Amino acid sequence: MAELVAVLATTHHPFFYKTSLLPPDNAPPFAAEWVRKVERYRQTLTKMHPDVLVMIGSDHFHQLWLDNMPQFLIGKAPFYDGNYYNEQREFGLPRLRFRGNEELSAYLLREGIDRGFDLAFSNELRVDHSITCPIFTVRPQNDLPIVPVYTNIFAPPLPRPERFVKLGQTLRELIDEWPARLRVAVIGTGHLSLELGGPRQFGPHGPDPEFDARAVEWIANGDIDGCLANVTLDSLHAPGNATHGFMDFMLMMGVAGYNKADYADNLDLFHTMEAYFTWYPNGEDA
Amino acid sequence: MLNKFLFTVDRDPQLVERYREDPVATLAWWEAERANQILNCHGGEASTWLSFTDDERRALGSHDHVALFELGAHPFLTLTLWIAMFERDFDQPLAMQLDYAARLAHFTLPYPDITT
Repeated sequence: MAELVAVLATTHHPFFYKTSLLPPDNAPPFAAEWVRKVERYRQTLTKMHPDVLVMIGSDHFHQLWLDNMPQFLIGKAPFYDGNYYNEQREFGLPRLRFRGNEELSAYLLREGIDRGFDLAFSNELRVDHSITCPIFTVRPQNDLPIVPVYTNIFAPPLPRPERFVKLGQTLRELIDEWPARLRVAVIGTGHLSLELGGPRQFGPHGPDPEFDARAVEWIANGDIDGCLANVTLDSLHAPGNATHGFMDFMLMMGVAGYNKADYADNLDLFHTMEAYFTWYPNGEDA
Repeated sequence: MLNKFLFTVDRDPQLVERYREDPVATLAWWEAERANQILNCHGGEASTWLSFTDDERRALGSHDHVALFELGAHPFLTLTLWIAMFERDFDQPLAMQLDYAARLAHFTLPYPDITT
């Protein structure tokens, strides 16, 4: 059977890559600490020696559009190109290419559909910074095959938070039951409170530090029930107009189960709070 | 329709510049030539019914991001395109984004609905 060796839930900050490359005398004051925290977080993946990465993210209106918008989609392709012209333009993100693991993609699609998720699929998916950012942070050598899983946190009507948790729980079951003898890591990225294109954007902190503090507690403690009791599609408008990206964290809580994170860290930046969580479902020595 | 305009302009470097320099003419061209293209369909099978309202035409034609917000344009699309077009006009980092936010300061929750 496959072994789920690590579950990583993190924010994806598109400016990390560019910031991390700045010479110290040109870097903003928060850069050194940010890089240190990311490098430390990277070790939580590195030391578990994964063979394949299941990557949870959300297309930001790059390939998926309103004429045909899936709620949940799994890529099944031998390769995935990454990043788009407007991500190079705005964030300085380079283009890159991933290998895919089609066997795992096919398995997750077949079994996922049979367990109640009518998953869309793509045989030619160009992934965006929701998938590439965690590669830059936790696997910069980009040497492992991936299975991209996209969720719709962006174009309402959206699935409800409970559905994200359930998909995470289903992915966990399926990976645990996958007959291949491979070490799997699941890496998902989302947001805490976030405002984009609204009056509260780009403030000195995330738009709702109180929500961020509660969210960090829910995630770090594996408090799925507490999170679900306090988070609805409507309530997520209040902390910031892009906070529905928090539902990708909720999906990752579903993958991790009712367990405290083995690693939890965060960093209060302008505009948003960065957060880094890892679970070792089969122990740190697996 | 607002979103479709913002989306298709933002992904095309030449259109970004064209819209920045001459919004009214670019908008008129786009409405006539591009509005009814189904993006994931071949060119012979266009839609037949898409056009802007007067309010939408006015907001896009005057680069009025506040009106676009009011009309329910997706804020991520508007912001991304505005950064591409106007960040270069500001001297300080994030000055454009903070000015953009300040002009929206009179909006309180709930914001205009962006559901399509």
